[in-house]
Amino acid sequence: MSNPNTIPDPIAAGLARGWNVIDGASLTASRGIEADVVIIGSGAGGGVTAEILAKSGLNVVIVEEGALKSSKDFKMREADAYPALYQESAARKTRDKAINILQGRTVGGSTTVNWTSSFRTPTPTLDYWNKHFGLASYTPDALAPWFLMMEERLNVSTWLTPPNENNDLLKRGAARLGIPAAAIMRNVKGCWNLGYCGMGCPTNAKQSMLVTTIPSALDHQATLLTGARAQQLVFKGDKVDSLVIHALDASGLAPNGHTITVRAKHFVVAGGAINSPALLLRSGAPDPHGLLGKRTFLHPTVISAGIFAQRVDGFAGAPQTIYSDHFLETQAIDGPMGYKLEAPPLHPLLLSTTMAGFGAAHASTMAQFPHVHGLLALLRDGFHDESRGGSVALASDGSPVLDYPISGFIWEGVKRALLSMAEIQFAAGATSVLPVHEHADHYTSWAAAKAAIGALPFKEHITRVVSAHVMGGCTMSDDTKLGVVGANGRYHGVANLSVHDGSLFPTSIGANPQLSIYGITARLASTLARDLTGKPAARLVA
Amino acid sequence: MGTNRRTFLKVGALGALTLAAGGGLYRYLQPAAKQQRFILDGEAKAVIDAIVPAMLAGALPVDPAQRAAAIAATTGRVHQAILGLPLGAQKEVQDLFGLLALAPARRFLAGVPGSWSSASEGDIGRFLQDWRFHRLGMLQIAYHALHDLVIGAWYADPASWAAIGYPGPMKELS
Repeated sequence: MSNPNTIPDPIAAGLARGWNVIDGASLTASRGIEADVVIIGSGAGGGVTAEILAKSGLNVVIVEEGALKSSKDFKMREADAYPALYQESAARKTRDKAINILQGRTVGGSTTVNWTSSFRTPTPTLDYWNKHFGLASYTPDALAPWFLMMEERLNVSTWLTPPNENNDLLKRGAARLGIPAAAIMRNVKGCWNLGYCGMGCPTNAKQSMLVTTIPSALDHQATLLTGARAQQLVFKGDKVDSLVIHALDASGLAPNGHTITVRAKHFVVAGGAINSPALLLRSGAPDPHGLLGKRTFLHPTVISAGIFAQRVDGFAGAPQTIYSDHFLETQAIDGPMGYKLEAPPLHPLLLSTTMAGFGAAHASTMAQFPHVHGLLALLRDGFHDESRGGSVALASDGSPVLDYPISGFIWEGVKRALLSMAEIQFAAGATSVLPVHEHADHYTSWAAAKAAIGALPFKEHITRVVSAHVMGGCTMSDDTKLGVVGANGRYHGVANLSVHDGSLFPTSIGANPQLSIYGITARLASTLARDLTGKPAARLVA
Repeated sequence: MGTNRRTFLKVGALGALTLAAGGGLYRYLQPAAKQQRFILDGEAKAVIDAIVPAMLAGALPVDPAQRAAAIAATTGRVHQAILGLPLGAQKEVQDLFGLLALAPARRFLAGVPGSWSSASEGDIGRFLQDWRFHRLGMLQIAYHALHDLVIGAWYADPASWAAIGYPGPMKELS
């Protein structure tokens, strides 16, 4: 094994080369900045857009609310990583607090903390967008070159190392039931197979925006503002005139009283679903049909814990390497809710807070930690009249609140998902299975689990529902009655405003969304670069 | 399941009003700046110190001295975790502990008869179990907040890892 002390730190090296990075906490006075383009957000959409525009010769400013961290900061400790790298310390919640949301808040956004799972946008999803939102240019063939470009740029590739036991149990259990499962592609280069992707990659193997597009943009003279909360776009006529930013104090929680005002020719909103529509709502962006913030999707996710005689060690090894789309593909996309099955990495803080109950019963489950197997089901929301997603509104302090009611239609999917997961875990040899639900118990046979899950009441707060994929809220459609942003990413009714992130999606993706965001925003940013420079956009290369 | 439990179950709608009023009253008594950080005052500390042993029953050490030290350390980490939350969420947590510190709320909403510091682990366990399944969503939410704060604080601590067989991250890199 190489000496950990020799892991190069690309962030420290870039800063030493003279990157233009300004931390809001360091400001001693308010100031103004001029740019060709300001990009709000440094995650999947913002990062890709920043590199393409900066390489195309545009003067770019990137605005990030979180902090700039690097591999030397990533110590694989949940207690440090969640407050430092996630929205609301990884405890962001829906309005009724029934769904806990994992979303990044750091340079690189969620790509800095995601689990590297890479899927192209599924064809049935694109077909649905075409049919219901008129997105005729979003075909698999039209997008293929953009996915390919981003796959090469981010080294999205087949993972050749055998899956860890946590993932292999999904593969084995599914196989015994005749359920197809397959390998997940990952955006990694020289991965050490540690299993701590969710706390920031300590070896820079994960090809997140933090180590790819953002450094490249900074090498092409972009400016990065960190600890900088995009507060309001100021409109003048049919254009955005400027962006007002509140610099944050060293805690990253409160404004320090200084502002940064950025004037630019063009503004790209890429703060991610929830935050992007919230900024546009705070700014009073045109919304004649009341669509802004609506149709926000979460892939509502439920969890099943299996206990195995052998060690599973769900904390060790690449976190997600096996998946099954069987329960997405065996029924109509607009029929009963489908779900994708994957395994989540298991670390003590996240697992213990996710598991229901307290006291001796909870402690006895945790005592079996190395023998716990986790499965999760991502429910594909947004394809049915009874699954119209949630709605982003503003709290009295201007911060976003997502109201996401869980309908009976969704709960029906939850029940089937918990049944499928329990059956797979027993088929894989589980000695007991515990669906994550306040009324559930450790069931010791499939028959017992089947009967019990069938009788569980499904309601908010007693059924654990989480989300790691927030999508929608700035629906994309050329029909202004259906969406606030056109198929070209331009905000309807504003001459110089674009949205380039997962908030564009008219439904959920039905797969981990990072590659969908990379590919789709790469195309949007390339068109924007051409429009702004009059020349073909720079191409991203590995 | 004696009188306390029955009294507790009866509060119903009254409880909802008390909770809303309690939060408001607490804010009125503590006229804080809008964006103020959470303050772990004596009352809030007494509430957390009382909840930790029930939430972590079966996980805390048995030896009295070690146990007392573990409870104090966990309360300290709960405090740190709260300070990492957005200011709006810190205020919600402040209101929750402020409410629990009010004697009528403690007695009628939580069903804890005497002071928090004199409550038995059984009293606290019953209170948590009642709120866990309470028909008032607000109390269920409060239970989950306490659950996540206390249990998260415990398992975040490397000192808790050996007991669950977790080796921790690779030492050379952590």
